[in-house]
Amino acid sequence: MPRKATSGQVFTRGMWRENPVLIQMLGLCPALAVTNTVVNGLAMGLATFFVLFCSSLLVSTFRKLIPQEVRISTYILIIATFVTIADMTLEAMVPEIHKALGAFIALIVVNCMILGRQEAFASKNTVGRSLLDAVGTGIGFIIALLLMGAIREVLGYGTFVGIPIYGANYEPWIIFILPPGGFFTIGFILLALNWWERRKLERARPGEVPGRIAVERAA
Amino acid sequence: MGDLFWIFISAMVVNNFTLFYFLGLCPFMGVSGRVYTALRMGAANIFVLTVASICAWFLNAFVLPYAPYLKLISFILVIASAVQITEMTIKKLSPALFRALGIYLPLITTNCAILFMAWTQANRGYNFFQGLAFAWGAGAGLTLALVLMASIRENLLFSKVPEIAKGNAIVFIIAGILSLAFMGFAGLLST
Repeated sequence: MPRKATSGQVFTRGMWRENPVLIQMLGLCPALAVTNTVVNGLAMGLATFFVLFCSSLLVSTFRKLIPQEVRISTYILIIATFVTIADMTLEAMVPEIHKALGAFIALIVVNCMILGRQEAFASKNTVGRSLLDAVGTGIGFIIALLLMGAIREVLGYGTFVGIPIYGANYEPWIIFILPPGGFFTIGFILLALNWWERRKLERARPGEVPGRIAVERAA
Repeated sequence: MGDLFWIFISAMVVNNFTLFYFLGLCPFMGVSGRVYTALRMGAANIFVLTVASICAWFLNAFVLPYAPYLKLISFILVIASAVQITEMTIKKLSPALFRALGIYLPLITTNCAILFMAWTQANRGYNFFQGLAFAWGAGAGLTLALVLMASIRENLLFSKVPEIAKGNAIVFIIAGILSLAFMGFAGLLST
């Protein structure tokens, strides 16, 4: 049995080391679909953060009362309630962003990251630890969405949060705001992460990594 | 009839659920390793999409006019129950098929493509037959994307992939190229 993580670890691990989108590959649909600008990505991130925080609060509070057999349906119902609240709030306060995000607000319900945190963490831990975990994971999700949104907006529109950054002669690289750009952006982010990870390994133990490649090639 | 045909084509290739809307990416990444599994997954999806489409049409026509705020909650409940009932029926009627589908059947509940299909069908106000055409188009599109990806990945096993691109990175870049290719269908609908 692994040692129990400290509160600090619970809080920080979701942000980068176990980032839900970039490392665990959860919640990919919204991360790719609505990140064509920074503002859309941020709105989606905040809405998801709100739903994750409130669901974790409720699930960890009632964790002893929820019967084992119907726990998944209960979590889904709790999540769906908060998503409905988020949907109506966004529609009332920022109609343009609500229109841009479209059905993807409703799809927060089936974001596997949220259900995953309830099942793996909030249903087994105290309210305080679950909230720390929710905040950490939520911030990690926002970081990933902002990163994607920034890359796609800077390349696809030539702007950052709506401000032009290249001057008048820049010809926008349209493909990055279209669907293929989403796939390419996350593909290249993963390439960069892999490259970084390998470089760290090679520096830590010189000679070991090339040996492993030789074994993989032979196998 | 022409109307239904275009709804079908539009959902299948022009606005392909996986490559245009990024829906159902988890199974797309997870079970696209082999063509055989990809086909099975596609078939299971088409079945659940059909059931969900009928239920969503019923809810939208008879229940939601009285309680619009229940839309999301009722849809997700109906989809979860539909998947559960489907699972039990198949288990009873054809144990062989049940074993063949395995874990993929219950996982369809959290496939965002199903909820998106029901939600969009309700928002666009499709009638019963338009809803069915939309669901089948969506299912055919999902299957097409899965099988294409699986065929490419089967061949990828025999090619030299750069060390840092192994795993998910290369799959995403291939998906990007597939998505680029599917953008070629965009002109179909404007005529």
